[in-house]
Amino acid sequence: MKWFHRHRGLMPYVMLAPGLAFLAVFFLVPLGFLAYQSLESGNIDFGYAFTWSWGNYGSAFTDYRPEFVRSIEYAGIATILALVLSYPVAYWIAFRGGRWKNLLLLMIVAPFFVTYLIRTLAWETILSDNGVVVRILQHLHLVSPGGHVLATGTAVIAGITYNFLPFMALPLYVSLEQIDHRLIEAAEDLYASSWKAFLKVTVPLSLPGVVAGTLLTFIPAAGDFINAQLLGAPQNHMIGNVIQSKFLELTDYPAAAAMSFILMGAIIVAVAAYARAVGTEQLSGTAV
Amino acid sequence: MTTLAVPARARARGAANVWAFVRRHVLAFYAALFFLYLLLPIGVVIVFSFNQPVGKFNYTWHEFTFDNWRYWNGVPGIQSAITLSLEIAALASVIATALGTLIALALVRYGFRGRGVTNLLIFLPLSTPEIVMGASLLTLFLNLNFVFGFWTILIAHVMFCISFAVVSVKARLIGFDRHLEEAAMDLGANEWVTFQKVTLPLIAPAILAALLLCFAVSVDDFVVTYFNSGSEVTFPLFVWGAARIGAPPQVNVIGSAIFIIALTAMLLNVAVQTRRTKGAVTE
Repeated sequence: MKWFHRHRGLMPYVMLAPGLAFLAVFFLVPLGFLAYQSLESGNIDFGYAFTWSWGNYGSAFTDYRPEFVRSIEYAGIATILALVLSYPVAYWIAFRGGRWKNLLLLMIVAPFFVTYLIRTLAWETILSDNGVVVRILQHLHLVSPGGHVLATGTAVIAGITYNFLPFMALPLYVSLEQIDHRLIEAAEDLYASSWKAFLKVTVPLSLPGVVAGTLLTFIPAAGDFINAQLLGAPQNHMIGNVIQSKFLELTDYPAAAAMSFILMGAIIVAVAAYARAVGTEQLSGTAV
Repeated sequence: MTTLAVPARARARGAANVWAFVRRHVLAFYAALFFLYLLLPIGVVIVFSFNQPVGKFNYTWHEFTFDNWRYWNGVPGIQSAITLSLEIAALASVIATALGTLIALALVRYGFRGRGVTNLLIFLPLSTPEIVMGASLLTLFLNLNFVFGFWTILIAHVMFCISFAVVSVKARLIGFDRHLEEAAMDLGANEWVTFQKVTLPLIAPAILAALLLCFAVSVDDFVVTYFNSGSEVTFPLFVWGAARIGAPPQVNVIGSAIFIIALTAMLLNVAVQTRRTKGAVTE
């Protein structure tokens, strides 16, 4: 204790050390191993050797381009859907929630209390061929008679949208909640219609929430394979499905490792492009 | 002329009222639909936990029964899977919360070189796709010849829980008043006593919140566990395996039970928070 007193400046490092060391050893170092593995060649029976085989990246991309494109496409559509679906509700809770705010937020995170896989299986039940949803859609001629929803891209996108919705709704709510109502009143005092005040004041001020929600939804969605596996057909498989089967079924580690890095790279590029579009200030504002 | 104008204006006002009513309530109506959509699958999970399915697939409603709840562990493997999930979640949440609380305290209380790096290292796991985390840990364990099982699952869960713990504790420490600690030290308490008697009681709610969050995240995790479990089976892995051949209704029973327990805990938390804020206002 005396020693600590004398070296007070060390205190924060002592407190940080165990946790950060754990993250370094079991998060950063594994990424290094993954990078190393992605440049190996060989197979499980004869062993792998490090050969700088950059070809793994090329062939991963050319062989599985549809899955990469589909991952970005499905995740992108699901993110936009989640944004459009949850913005009005986040707005309603933030501005009209009153003393029910906490309860309404609890209802938004309620799906998280049911195991991820179980709620996805519930969608399998809801969208099954003899379920009510499919029958209604058939009545409305939105689905051809004898057609399916399950085992289509629509079902996969619907599942992803649902499963990551709270990741979108919560940051939206937080940013809308923080808006100073006097700013909106000021706009209205200056003869802005309430619609115009919403567009010119509320929406720009909620942008940090939009950015955070978009990232929090898009990133896990692009790497997801559960929805595609349970709600989709093989032709709806995403890159996560390929990585998963290469690692755990085909034991083609180098190819799978290369794909993991391409996925990460693609996400970083998508995020960076998005950050350019909306401005990095918003992005760094949301980071921790 | 005036006698004619009055009903016209009244009618106009009526229409305006209807429009105002619609405008005021369209959002509420939409929100109701939204919540219906959000809660629909949960309803399905609970309803189908009382179903007696014909054949293997619990997709269509057949007959009401309590048997699934009475014999919740009547499917081979389900009980050991639940036990393993609870053990891992309990251990992982305690370890991760301990490590995470220390990091959060250091970040909030001290100015030091390396804050940026620390923040980045906390933020990275939260923004990395789970499949990449799972895969990279798998390659680490493979290359170091780890035996896959309980310990690899535990390490993985602690790893992805730490960031959640830090973020959760930090969020509640922002309004932390350092003067209280200084006052204790001025009154002769050493650092350890100060921590025990002042700091810890103050941050206890933050620690509890982090514990619950880590527990929930750990119990629910599938992807990272799937990559690093070897032949051990946690509850989500059991569901995954069962889904391929038709998940038994007992899966719905456990899902419903977890939902009800978690919801009760959260409702209690909301009630306590509401009372506390009310108390703060009246003070």
